[in-house]
Parts: sequence; C-alpha cells; structure tokens
Amino acid sequence: MESTSTPERILRGIALTLVILFFMFPIFWIFMMSFQTNETILQIPPSLSFTPTLSNYMALITGKLTTAAGTLDIAFMGNLGNSVFLSTASVAVSLLLGVPAAYAFARHKFRGSEDIAFTLLSFRFAPPLLVLLPLTQYFQWLGLSDTYIGLIWVYQLICLPLILWIVRGYFEDISADVEYAYRIAGHSWFATFRKIALPLAGPGIAAAGLLAFIFAWNNFVFALVLASASKQPVTVGALAFVTSSGIQYGQIAAAIVLSIAPTLALALYAQRYLVEGLSLGAVKG
Amino acid sequence: MTTLQLQNITKRYKSQAVLDDLTLDVADGETLVLFGPSGAGKTVLLRLIAGVIEPDAGKIVIGGEDMTEVDAEHRGIGMAFQNFALFPHMNAFDNIASPLEANRSSAAGIREGVEKVAKLLKIDHVLSHRPKALSNGQKQRTALARALAGSPPVLLLDDPLRNVDAKLRFEMRLELPRLLAKQGATVIYVTQDYKEAMALGDRIAVMSQGRIRQIGTPEDIYNTPADIDIARLFGDPTINLLTVIPKKDASGVYVELSNVRVPLPSMPESVVGKECVLGLRPETIVFTEPSAQGAIPVTVEAETPLNEKTVTLLLTARGREILLSRPAGTPGPSSGPAAIAVNGAAAFLFDKESGARIATPATTTNRNGEAA
Repeated sequence: MESTSTPERILRGIALTLVILFFMFPIFWIFMMSFQTNETILQIPPSLSFTPTLSNYMALITGKLTTAAGTLDIAFMGNLGNSVFLSTASVAVSLLLGVPAAYAFARHKFRGSEDIAFTLLSFRFAPPLLVLLPLTQYFQWLGLSDTYIGLIWVYQLICLPLILWIVRGYFEDISADVEYAYRIAGHSWFATFRKIALPLAGPGIAAAGLLAFIFAWNNFVFALVLASASKQPVTVGALAFVTSSGIQYGQIAAAIVLSIAPTLALALYAQRYLVEGLSLGAVKG
Repeated sequence: MTTLQLQNITKRYKSQAVLDDLTLDVADGETLVLFGPSGAGKTVLLRLIAGVIEPDAGKIVIGGEDMTEVDAEHRGIGMAFQNFALFPHMNAFDNIASPLEANRSSAAGIREGVEKVAKLLKIDHVLSHRPKALSNGQKQRTALARALAGSPPVLLLDDPLRNVDAKLRFEMRLELPRLLAKQGATVIYVTQDYKEAMALGDRIAVMSQGRIRQIGTPEDIYNTPADIDIARLFGDPTINLLTVIPKKDASGVYVELSNVRVPLPSMPESVVGKECVLGLRPETIVFTEPSAQGAIPVTVEAETPLNEKTVTLLLTARGREILLSRPAGTPGPSSGPAAIAVNGAAAFLFDKESGARIATPATTTNRNGEAA
C-alpha cells in the first residue's frame, strides 16, 4: 500500500461521505416515507418528526387501498410474486442458454462467431419501445401476449446478452492449458466443461446472474405493454397507486421498500462477486 | 510397444507456418529431447501430439495407429505443461487422480495410484493442499505426478523445469532420467536448456523456425553440429567463432590466426579461398609457451572460475575475443600476455553464407534425420 498523508485521507473521507449521502439519501427518504401518511409526506416544509404508521404496509399486504374516494383492490403482493417468478425464471433460462453459449464463444473461434456474439449484444442497443410495437403484434399472433412464457422470452433480451458477455470474459480468463490438461488426462470435453470450466468461472456466473436478475427485476416497459394485471411485476403494479383521488405516496414508498428489498439483499450478499465480475467483464469484454 | 511417428506435419497460424513439413520418429521407450529457442514450434508440436490442436496437414501415428483425428482423451498420453496447468480448485490429490478417474478405476485403486506416484516424487505430505498453497517445486512435482499417474505409454513434458529454481532444477535433472526409465514410457521432452537436453535425451532434435535442424545423440550434436546456430546453442562457455579464409599449401589446408598458421588437417580443399567461420570449442584451446610451435600470442582479459572449470577471456592481437576453458585447479595465467595453442583437428569450419558446417571426411554422417 502507498502511504497517504493526513489531508489526503481527510479529503478522501469527505468525498466518500458525499457520495454515500448522494446515493443513500433517496433510499433513506423513501424508507421514512413508507412509515408516514400522505398528509405528513405532503406537509411543507417536510419534517423528520412524525408518528410512524404501518398502515401503508398493511394496505399493501391486505390488498385493500383506502382512499378518500373509497376502498380500492390492489394486487401488490401478487405483483411481487410475479416479479420474483419472472426474474428468477428469466435468469434461470438465460443461464441455461447463455453459459454454454459463452463457453462456445470463448473457446471455439468458428466462422462468424464474433458476428453472432455481437448480434446478441446488439439486442441491448435497440430502444425497447422500438422493439415493442412489432413484438406486440407477433405475440398476439402467437398467443404469447399476457403469458408468463411470453414475458420470460422477452426478458431474454435483457438477461441473455448480459450473461453471455460477462461469462464469456470469465471463460476466456481460464487458462486453456488447464482445460487441455483435463482433456489429456482422459476426460471428454463435456466433463471438462462441467468439472473445470464451470467451477472456475463460478464467481463470474454468479455475478452475471445477479446483474441479470436486477435488470430483469427493474424492467418496466416490456411488462407494461405485454402483460395484463394478473401477470404484471411490481414495477408496473406500482402504477395502481396513482388513483383518481390522488397519488398514494405513502403506499408507493412502502411498495418501493418491499420491492427493492430482495434485490438489495441479494446485491449486498453477493457484492464481492458483483464488483469482481463487472470489472473482469470490462477488461476482457 | 509405443512408437511415435510424425509424418509431414504442417501447422499454420494465419499465413505463418509454425511447423513446416516436419517428420519425426520416436522409438519405443526412447527419451527424445526437443531443443530450440522460443518460437521454434516445440510447444505447438507437443500440443499436436497431445491432440488439443489439429495439424493442417500430416499424420500423427502413435503405437502404429493413426491418431490424427482422434480426440485428446483417447490418445493415451500424459503431459506436463510448462506453466504446470494444475486445476486450481482441486487439491493436489484430486489433481493427480484426474487421469485415474478417467480410467474409471475404483476409489481404492485411485488412492493407491496417487499415493504411489506422490511418494515417488516426494509430495505425499502435501496431497491435501490446493495448488495455491504449494511451492513452485511442489507444483512442478504435482504436475509431473499427474502426467505420470495414469502410466501413459507416451509422455510429453513441456519444459517442466523452466519455472522452478536452479537448485531444484539441478536435483530434478539428476532424478528425472531414473524416473522416466522406471516409467518405461516413450518420452518427448521439451527444453531450452542445453544441459538438460544433454542430460536427459537419448536423442536430441534441434528445432528452429518450425523445422528440425538436426537430430542425433547428445554426442553427435555436440561433436558434429549441423550449423553455426546449433554449435552456438550447445556448449558452455559458448563456442568461439572467428571469420577466416582458409588457405592451402603443400602440407594441406590451413587458416591464419594472428599470422600464426593453424593447420586444418581434415578439411576438404573446396573451402580454400571461401569466407568461412572457424568454430573452436573453448575446451580445445590450451595455454602454451610463447616459444612453442604454433603458439598464438594473446592478452588475458578476465578470468571466471566456474566450479569445475575456469573460463578465461582472451584478446588476440587483432582484438578478437576468445574464450578458453580449462579444468579448475590447472595452472594458467590470470592476466597479462600469454600464448595459446589451437587444435585444428578439433575445430569446426562453417560456411559463412549458409551457416552449414563443412563436413570433414571423418564426420559426414548424422545429418538431418539420419539414424544415429
């Protein structure tokens, strides 16, 4: 380690504090909002002293939203379930397809392999809205609109390129000699893939899976257009809080807290892998 | 019985030929050393034999069977890599066990096999360690043990001593021949260290630029190098090379060094008047009395004792540097003017243009590919 002077350390501390404040404040504020009623939230100037209430969470969990205009049914818990199911299933499918593909791209330079890999990446260049119009049409023809399968399929546009490119970098980082050594020892290529390549790329695969999960979880526009209420994830479901009698900030805040909780927990848990995986993908991409 | 034949192997990367129409026979149980500078194609050749890369042309025959199209796992080969290529997520035991597992041996059989080879290589106490926790020497031995564990009939060792320290290299150089003999396998051993090549090889194949330049026993290569490069690669200190133009008089062919006549009794007359390079092994040059017949005056520049020998750097009257090597402890000047005698019969003459050694009638055999 290089030695750092005292002023340098103080400056660094200040800079870090500022960055943390900048990024953490919205989360903190939303967390506070989720325990307040609409009246206290909208009060000017905003105040940190309030009587915490669990009514927002109660409304979400029971599915009954009480507004000035009466009681509304909301499917928030159903949406949360949809989010978990859609994201998990999408990432699972992406891993199943993407990891072997990434291995193929990393290890076997066949004619057009770079072009195919790039085409897959280019799915992420297209603005989703541009893709959505024709996609809606196709899905109606195919009977895929408003189905989980259809949504999971579309989510591959988000997850597959991500997993493919990050995991590919990881596979390329494994010394080919290590794999050769296992082949020469008498094992088939598939055994080599399973026993050598997969375990060694494990952290990268985990990081890529986690990232893909977060991206899938945060997706809004695909589900908005292609799914009806019963299949919608939380990102779309949150629209229900914009009611005829006003915007239910308290419930929105509570809904946000509940919906970021799983990804936040996952990200915190796998933070190390995530950073490692991202930087590696960047270097080897 | 496992012989190994490579027939007209060619391998290109882009348009660059890494191996160029290479043919090589290795006899059953023989240890053949592939020797050559980096980029000569030695490692590529090993990989072709192992089956992890494919040749563009040519045939690989192992034990009489054409293996060119056979997958690596079915070739019955053990290979130790220069960078060890241990499986980082497995401990030493599992590393060594990998070829035995592929044979579908029983668990007890695997344990027995691993422990036997580990004991032989003195790593039985570190079998539970991951590669990260092993020293370089232990890694090297683990890699070697893994190559040996399956008792493969063909062993490919890619410069296994390259990345270990000098002391261990010296020990292993003594140990390896015994180990390889015990294994009874046909061995191809790649190295860039001529001493290793001389110590281990039944025969040495000298490679450069994708071709085999000379193949023969260590003595052949040392005593009758095919060209200047090979003469320079073998021998420590390096051979003295002096540009000369041979002359001829009534008593035969000779060259002049510092105006002193050095007869070359075995050289053909065709070399007369041609620009040549005279090769003098440092150990064939001796100090002599300045008044003696054929004595060449020199100045002693520096003296370096090297354990069993002493190397002296000399300067001729024309300022050319000459190395002289003599057994340690023998008398000789360590500074000032001196005189040397050169044995013309033990000298090599190389064509300056092509670099090829000019054959003397006594030593015309053992050129490219001919049996030793």
